[in-house]
Amino acid sequence: MKSYTGLLIAVVTIIGASFLAPMINPYILGRIIYIGIMISLAVSLNLINGFTGQFSLGHAGFMAVGAYTSAVVTTYLSTHGLEMSGMTGTISFFVALVCGGLLAAVAGLGVGIPSLRLRGDYLAIVTLGFNEIIRVIIQNVDFKIHGTDYIGGARGFSVLPMTTFIWVFLVAAVVVFCVENLVNSTYGRGFLAVRDDEIAAEAMGVDTTKFKVRAFVVGAFFAGVGGGLFAHSNYNITPLDFTFLQSIDIVVIVILGGMGSTVGVILAAIVLTTLSELLRSVPEYRMIIYSLLLIMLMISRPQGLLGPSTLGKLFKFWRKPVVASTD
Amino acid sequence: MQILQQLVNGISLGAIYALIALGYTMIYGVLRFINFAHGDVFMVGSYVGYYAATYWVSHFFPVGSLESTVLVFLISMSVCAALGASIEFLAYRPLRSRPKLTVLITAIGVSLFLEYTGQLFFGPNPRGFPPIISNKAVIHSSSITINMIQVVVITVSLGLMLLLRVIVMRTKIGTAMRAVSFNQQAASLMGINISRVITFTFIIGSALAGAGGVLYGTMYPSIEPLMGILPGLKAFVAAVLGGIGNIPGAALGGMIIGLVETFVSGTGASTYRDAIAFGILIAILVFKPSGLLGKREIEKV
Repeated sequence: MKSYTGLLIAVVTIIGASFLAPMINPYILGRIIYIGIMISLAVSLNLINGFTGQFSLGHAGFMAVGAYTSAVVTTYLSTHGLEMSGMTGTISFFVALVCGGLLAAVAGLGVGIPSLRLRGDYLAIVTLGFNEIIRVIIQNVDFKIHGTDYIGGARGFSVLPMTTFIWVFLVAAVVVFCVENLVNSTYGRGFLAVRDDEIAAEAMGVDTTKFKVRAFVVGAFFAGVGGGLFAHSNYNITPLDFTFLQSIDIVVIVILGGMGSTVGVILAAIVLTTLSELLRSVPEYRMIIYSLLLIMLMISRPQGLLGPSTLGKLFKFWRKPVVASTD
Repeated sequence: MQILQQLVNGISLGAIYALIALGYTMIYGVLRFINFAHGDVFMVGSYVGYYAATYWVSHFFPVGSLESTVLVFLISMSVCAALGASIEFLAYRPLRSRPKLTVLITAIGVSLFLEYTGQLFFGPNPRGFPPIISNKAVIHSSSITINMIQVVVITVSLGLMLLLRVIVMRTKIGTAMRAVSFNQQAASLMGINISRVITFTFIIGSALAGAGGVLYGTMYPSIEPLMGILPGLKAFVAAVLGGIGNIPGAALGGMIIGLVETFVSGTGASTYRDAIAFGILIAILVFKPSGLLGKREIEKV
C-alpha cells in the first residue's frame, strides 16, 4: 500500500525532526505545536464537512470533551503517585488521549443521531448549539474525586504540560493517514456518495444514516485527541477556550483549504495559523481578514483556495484527487 | 419567585426575540436560507441608537423626550434597513443560484465581518446605552412592578408586528412576498420582480432588527460588538420553534423562548440560561422539525 509508505516516511521525518525541536526557540516551538494540533483538528473536521458534506460548527465542543477528559485522567494519575515522565508518563498520556477521544466519540454519536434528519443550515446551528451546551455544562459541573476539584468551572483547570512536538505530529500523521485511507477505501466511498447526492446514494443501497453517524464519531474521536493535546500544551484550560469561535477557526481552515482536500486543509492550517500569529499585534484585523476571505472565496472560488484540482495534479503521489462537491 | 413579575419580564424579553425572529423567518421564507448575520444587524441597530441618542438627537431634543425617542428608533431602523439591503446586494445576490452551503458560509463570513468591524470601530469595551426611555415604575405593588421600559418594549414590538402583518397581508408587495415564498419560479412567471421582493424583505427584516436593538439597549443598557450573537441565535431558535417561514410562528416562538429563559433564570439555574434555548432547538428539531405552527414540507425528488 502506497499510503503506508507515506505514513512511514512521515513518522521517520517527525522522529528525526523531534531531535531538532529542543534547539528551536520555545515560543516558536509552541506555535509549531499549535499548528500540528490545528492540522489534526482540521483534517478530522474535513471528514465531516468536506468528505461527508455535513456542516458541523461544533468541533470545539468535541475538542472540549477530549481536552477535559484527558486532563482529568492525567491529573488523577499524577495525584495518585504515578510518575508523569519517562515510560509511565508516555503510557498514561496515551491512555489519557485515547480516553479523551473515546468520550468525544460518544459525544459525536450524541450529535450525529439527532442530526440525521437535518441538513445544511439546521445542522450547522444544532452542532453550534451542542458546542455551547457542552461548554455551559463544563462551566457549571462540579466534579470532585476525594475532595480534589477537577474541571474547575469558569476559573479554569490547570493541566500538566505534557504535549511535545513528537506527540503532536505523530498524532497528526495518524489522523491524516486514517482519514485519507478511510475515504479512499471502497467502504469509504460511501462518505463521498452521501456528500455528492444523498438521494442517489440511498437508491444505490448506501446506508446514508450510518455513514453520517460514522463520520461524526470518527471526526469527534480525533477532535477529542486533538483537544487532549491542546489541553496539555497549555498550563490552564477554561471553558472559554472552546467557544464556537474556536469551531469557526477550524471551519475557516477547512473551507479555505478546500473541503474534501486533505493536502489543502493541511496547508491552510499552516498558513492561517501562521497568519494569525503574524497578525498578533493587530488582533482586531485578524477576524476581519478571515471573514472577508470567506466571503470573497465563496463568491469567486467556492471549492477553496487550494482545491484538489490544482494540488492533485501537482502532487501525483497523493493518490487519486477527490473531486469537490457541486452541491 | 413572583410568577406575575417573571411573566412580565419574560414577555418583554420575548417581544425583542420575536422582533429579531421575524427577520429570520421572513428571509428564510423568500430565500430559503438562514441569514446568520441577522443578529449582528441587531447589534448595529443598538449602536446606531446609541450614537444617535448620545451625539446627534440630543442636540435637538432632550434625551428621554418623546421626539428624541421616536427619532432614535427611526434612525436606527433606517440605517439597519440600508445595511440589510446592502448585505443582500453585495454578499448574497451574487450567490443566488449557488448551493446552499456556499450561501451559508458567506452568511457566517458576513456575520464575523460585522462583529469584528464593529469591534474595530466601536471598540471592544461595553458602553452604557443612554436612558432614552425612563425606567419609572408605571404599576407598582407588592407583587409586581412594571416600568415604563417594559411598557414601551411590549407596545412597540406589538405595534411593529401588527404593522408587519398589515404589510404582508394587505399590500401589493406583501402579496408578492407571500407569492415568492410559496413558489419562487411560479411567482417570477407571473411577473413578480423577485430581486425587488428579496430586497424589500431584507429592508423590513433588518429594520425590525434595528428596532429590536434599540429596545434591547434600553432594557439591558450595556452594549458591545459581540452582543448580537446570543440574542441572534436565540431568535433563530424562536423562529424554528414557531415554524420557520411562518410569521405568527416567529412571534409565538420569541415569546416562548423569552418566557422559558426568564423562568429558568428565576428558579436559580441562571448559569444554564444560555444552554436552554439550544436544548429547546434540539428537542423541537427531533420531535417536530416543522415547528409549532409550521406546515410539514414534503421534499420532492
